[in-house]
Amino acid sequence: MFARNLIVLACALLYGGLASAAPKVQGWHTENGAKVLFVETRQLPMFDVRVVFDAGGARDGDAFGLAALTNELLSQGAGNWDADQLAERLDAVGARFGSGVNRDMAWLSVRALIEPKARDTAIETLAAMLAEPRFGKAAFQRTLRHKLIAERQKLQSAGKVASRAFYHAVYGDHPYAHDPEGVAATLEKLTPAQARAFHRRYYVGANALVVIAGALDRPRAEHIAERLVERLPGGEPATPLPAVGPLVRISHRPSTAAAQSHALTGVRSVRMLDVVSATPARPSVANASHAAPLNHLATNAGEKSGLAKRDLTRIVFPSSQTHLLIGQLGMKRGEPDYFPLYVGNHILGGGGLVSLLSEEVREKRGLAYGAYSYFAPLRQTGPFIAGASTKNAQAREALRVMRDTIRTFIENGPTDAQLKAAKQNLIGGFPRKIASNRKLSEYLAMMGFYDYPLDYLDTFATIIGAVTRERIHAAFKRRFDVDHFVTVEVGGKRKDGG
Amino acid sequence: MKSVCLLAVCLWSTFVHATPKVHEYQLDNGMKVLVKEDHRAPIAVSQVWYKIGASYETPGITGLSHWLEHMMFKGTETHGPNAFSRIIAALGGSENAFTGRDYTAYFETLSKDHLRTAFALEADRMANLRILPEEAKKELEVVKEERRWRTDDKPTARTQEEFNAVAYRELPYRNPVIGWMNDLEHLTVADLKDWYAKWYAPNNATLVVVGDVEPDAVFALASATFGRVAARETGRPKPAAEPRQLGETRVKVRLPAKQPYLIMGFKTPSLRTADTPADAYALEMLAHILAGGDSARLSRQLVRGSEIAAEADADYGLYDRLAGMLTLDGTPTDGHGLDDLEQALLGQVRALIETPVSETELEHVRVQLIAGKVYELDSVFYQAMQLGMLETVGLGWRRADEYIQAMKSVTAEQVRAVAKRYLTHDNLTISRLEPLPLKPGQRINTGKPGGAHVR
Repeated sequence: MFARNLIVLACALLYGGLASAAPKVQGWHTENGAKVLFVETRQLPMFDVRVVFDAGGARDGDAFGLAALTNELLSQGAGNWDADQLAERLDAVGARFGSGVNRDMAWLSVRALIEPKARDTAIETLAAMLAEPRFGKAAFQRTLRHKLIAERQKLQSAGKVASRAFYHAVYGDHPYAHDPEGVAATLEKLTPAQARAFHRRYYVGANALVVIAGALDRPRAEHIAERLVERLPGGEPATPLPAVGPLVRISHRPSTAAAQSHALTGVRSVRMLDVVSATPARPSVANASHAAPLNHLATNAGEKSGLAKRDLTRIVFPSSQTHLLIGQLGMKRGEPDYFPLYVGNHILGGGGLVSLLSEEVREKRGLAYGAYSYFAPLRQTGPFIAGASTKNAQAREALRVMRDTIRTFIENGPTDAQLKAAKQNLIGGFPRKIASNRKLSEYLAMMGFYDYPLDYLDTFATIIGAVTRERIHAAFKRRFDVDHFVTVEVGGKRKDGG
Repeated sequence: MKSVCLLAVCLWSTFVHATPKVHEYQLDNGMKVLVKEDHRAPIAVSQVWYKIGASYETPGITGLSHWLEHMMFKGTETHGPNAFSRIIAALGGSENAFTGRDYTAYFETLSKDHLRTAFALEADRMANLRILPEEAKKELEVVKEERRWRTDDKPTARTQEEFNAVAYRELPYRNPVIGWMNDLEHLTVADLKDWYAKWYAPNNATLVVVGDVEPDAVFALASATFGRVAARETGRPKPAAEPRQLGETRVKVRLPAKQPYLIMGFKTPSLRTADTPADAYALEMLAHILAGGDSARLSRQLVRGSEIAAEADADYGLYDRLAGMLTLDGTPTDGHGLDDLEQALLGQVRALIETPVSETELEHVRVQLIAGKVYELDSVFYQAMQLGMLETVGLGWRRADEYIQAMKSVTAEQVRAVAKRYLTHDNLTISRLEPLPLKPGQRINTGKPGGAHVR
């Protein structure tokens, strides 16, 4: 019919027309060892800069929230300027500032016009934040108080409580287990001295990535990169994070594990929450040198997912919906199964409203507003997470449908038609993902941080095109075990309809 | 502040050079077509905007526009349920829709080569929607889950919903876009069909395309697709005007939560309803003086400074179809209660009435707005959105072009005058979230403020 013909036409156009569209990525290092990625985009009189450090939540040690607090404090007083003056300098030239952390990274970003005064003010201000943060006592206390309030706001959200419990169940005592924003118990203990030491260790040239995208030529970009980080010491790259080892089965719950569960999820400090049952799996954290890579694990069912059987966390929460998260360990950046898993998940639950999970949970049954799955690949093995939220009375049914959908996908793999549609969407949609200066700079940050080749944007279509049905099927089959998924349910009692 | 003034002048010329032109067409059936070229990437965004939304609804049918928006993906005479999404996905595109108070819009972002498909599919569902009862029933359950997720289980969203519900006596802005749960329970397929017949027609719609396209070619494509849909008579909303408020209105929201929250609003005209456009732009300037950046007054004086607020914001509905509000909201810090925060925010309002804002503050806002206009051009989606929205609320897309110039000419005295005129106690509504302890077994029952919902 009408639509089918168009799709055939689309295929021809998709593979033909895109190769030349990718922006050219240039790379070099600054004097003090910071890696730089740069794309010249001429069309708008503006630029985006993003400076990224291997200084995310995984570097917290026991001081959960330290990386995030340190990052936020950089804009609260630096060099000759206090927080008001820093904000005023940027606002006065119309620059936009941003910052944040995740488990792997910490970053600062600024967007400004290329007009010289605006440009130079923005760069000078960002450079001061990076190299000369004050960590003053008053700003520290204020920022910490805000963090504690943000923490309480999180605890009003069943979805966020569920996410914390999920990461804890999957990661046990690995540095990825805790929320990078920290929890009240650990935040309260943080000191300016800790933030200063964290900054000194991790905000150094050898641990930095500078991304620049905008209407600048190469000499100007080189100049900007130098000025941004020239006052940082060269320092050392962060040491490799421990690999996420295979998880050990446990038959009963040691009390220490339960206590840790409370600390990690922040549940202990919240009286309203009542952990009904928790059997946290305890990953053994292996040293990088000893850890068995996940794809070399024995095919024993329990060890495939690395999780003990029936790993269920239920948290009673005064909400009309139950938030469901199920999953296991996923993958890390750059491993051989990366693209088969990525494309496979696009079909399973990553492709929005046309994915299998959305089709089964939402379109066919009307059980939830959203049903999805994703890999969150990190430097070390990140999680695979599938989620949905539904009124409490339907939680069981939604959970069953999600599990069945994933199980069927693992059993059968994708169909040829599904794979074709997914490839068309991913390849055809790629220009869209890097179409704006902002998106491009975010993409470059990912590429630079995880050491993707400079021609990655050119090769993306070829790499995706080469993924086969068989490889997807094999990768999911080898690595996935629905019977040993971690399951987290946060919500009201099941009889409550809502 | 001479050097700063020079910067604004300089940036202004930058902006004028950066702005591409909008091409306007009209199809024979009355559908408006707006096209803006952006050749940075080989993509285009297509948006179809309908003049229909929650503010067209009456008591008993709240949420109907939004439910219908969901149903627009559930099949036509020639395409099955969800086929729309599958076809666009297979073309490498992304698609969705959103319903607001004053509009419903459908969009596709995709390779410029596939615009024809997007147009054909949109034109098809503009005229040939097939509403299957079993699909409608399921989708209504999805909408209810959306309501639970978006509003019922979020204390802050509940507080905003209550705020709107008590602030307006007559204006339909009192109703949540997602609809009240009781109305959702009783909406029918017949309601859907009536609503579709009443509002979905080319003469009630605007097509906006921004991207790597040639305007005349887009118009030709639109003529060949949307042009085939027959014009027909559509509904006309009754004029709605809020009676003068006679005194402060308050509502307490008591539900299980961890963190108190407050939102207050003063009834104000929008650009469309103001006596003079200058009044509306002065209110827009006022909102930016309060919250237009991290150095603006609320951040500087309440978040830092006195440290009464953990976060504080101000918002003004410049482009509302009906007269809305200027709102201030925030979260108090520990050691400061809602009373302190309320007084601090009212203190900010008093300061605006008593003392003219400084030239430096005005200049900072101007520079930020000019820079912001350039940054907006980085997103094809946002550019299209602004044109579509202005057209749909009845202001006309050309208002986008006058914005900077109008804001540049706002004076300190004008800001003071609108503050004095509109930010009065008799014109004020305050909604406060006063948390109850969160205990096991306790449930948050129902409740969404304005704003738009994506599908």
